[in-house]
Amino acid sequence: MSARPQPRTGAEPAWVKATVLALLLAFLAAMLVLPLVTVIAGALRNGAGEAWAAVTHPDAVAAMRLTLLTAAIAVPFNVAFGVCAAWAIAKHDFPGKPFLITLIDLPFSVSPVVAGLIYVLVFGAQGWFGPWLAERGVQVIFAVPGIVLATIFVTFPFVARELIPLMQEQGVDQEEAALSLGASGPLTFWRVTAPNIRWGLLYGVLLCNARAMGEFGAVSVVSGHIRGLTNTLPLHVEILYNEYDFVGAFATAALLCGLAVVTLALKSALELAHPEVTRGHGL
Amino acid sequence: MPGFALTLGVTLTVLSTVVLIPLSAVVIRSAGLGWEGFTAAALSERALAAYRLSFGAAFVAACVNGVFGLLTAWALVRYRFPGKALVNAVVDLPFALPTAVAGVALSALYAENGWLGAPLADLGVRAAFSELGVVIALTFIGLPFIVRTVEPVLRDLSREVEEAAASLGARWTQILVRVIWPALLPAWLTGFALAFARGVGEYGSVIFISSNLPFSTEIAPLLIVIQLEQYEYGAAAAIAVVMLAVSFLMLLVINGVQAWSRRYEG
Repeated sequence: MSARPQPRTGAEPAWVKATVLALLLAFLAAMLVLPLVTVIAGALRNGAGEAWAAVTHPDAVAAMRLTLLTAAIAVPFNVAFGVCAAWAIAKHDFPGKPFLITLIDLPFSVSPVVAGLIYVLVFGAQGWFGPWLAERGVQVIFAVPGIVLATIFVTFPFVARELIPLMQEQGVDQEEAALSLGASGPLTFWRVTAPNIRWGLLYGVLLCNARAMGEFGAVSVVSGHIRGLTNTLPLHVEILYNEYDFVGAFATAALLCGLAVVTLALKSALELAHPEVTRGHGL
Repeated sequence: MPGFALTLGVTLTVLSTVVLIPLSAVVIRSAGLGWEGFTAAALSERALAAYRLSFGAAFVAACVNGVFGLLTAWALVRYRFPGKALVNAVVDLPFALPTAVAGVALSALYAENGWLGAPLADLGVRAAFSELGVVIALTFIGLPFIVRTVEPVLRDLSREVEEAAASLGARWTQILVRVIWPALLPAWLTGFALAFARGVGEYGSVIFISSNLPFSTEIAPLLIVIQLEQYEYGAAAAIAVVMLAVSFLMLLVINGVQAWSRRYEG
């Protein structure tokens, strides 16, 4: 990083470089920076007091609580799954491995709306298990379990796809050494593998959590939008926006912008301190 | 290595319960419509208009990102400029920002009275609440994909090849087109396909910036939601099957491109 930039032979002239940078910064400002500023400006349009009142409204607090609860279930679930899947895939050889990885990645290429729809078809009132569950007093769709399930689906690949390339790269030498010295399987994982993958795991958790707290489409389909009960923060933004409560909508949106900025800051810090976490994953 | 049976068993069980079995519900449900019912729902005039918009806007947005994503990756790898670390962090904003927030922010910004919408309106361009609005939202959503797929390849590209080309008398434009671009193409195509696939399925950001009018600015995922709200579960499933089929196709394309590019790697 400290090497001085050397004029390359065959490099583009300076005016090309200046044009590229100007175009680029204008594009990024119009697409990324100005939207963020718009949200903050919209939230503070009538002063900070009104924005504060909007985010401390009981409905907003209930939405916040549900968003945190959902992430608190979905993220650990996907961590457990991701570690399991990465251990099976990265540390062993078996036929059909690439196919299995493709299947794990599948939720990324499914529309969030379809992700919500499939759970309505399985657990909804007209669905496969809906009537059976209803007889036993269990409601999944238009209730918290449906929101958690839909969130797990859309965040499903995050941890696994982060850990698989990392653990493949690390190989099995260290684990085999530990095992040959008499360590048990769980002890080997805990004392040898876990320390090696912790930063990559944290990276996956960070991205998984941002998506879990921010998911809109899938959750919107299964939630039923019952205020104070099945409303998450992103859904709360939509409700307020559709009621023309723009200050409220933007204040809630600003809260979620804060989450995004913190996520990006932590992610950048992690990439700087542990560059290996981004290695080997082209998204 | 111990624990293979256990971890693979857990992986397959969870994958089946959470992903595969629920996804099969959509296929089975739409199959219940029969062939005529399926085509009536999945290929109705309104559905076809929705696919046209979803696929068309996603394609245009992926093209825009194809250009600017490439420029961003280029600048991040090859240039030094003030604020580079900030640009590097902010590129991932679409991954971290909830789509609903992106939707309200972009629609406020590009509405007729918005900071960028007003000057555009003076030029006679209607940005928000039109097809262009859909393209803007999908451009936002797909922005990081091409940057993050091209960037590592560009970083690993050996400068010696470029220097060799230059010493043989190639101009910088020739080096760009004949040396660098072919090396970046597989990664660029992968990023393009990822951005396109993401755009086709996108819902949250679009519904705010679009006027959501049937036959003109209604995207396919919105049509699924509308069918669901009318308890037309079969029709919703039929449209979902069409979209899933396209997703599978995109996955195949991405895997194909990656297999193709590996053949040319040393």
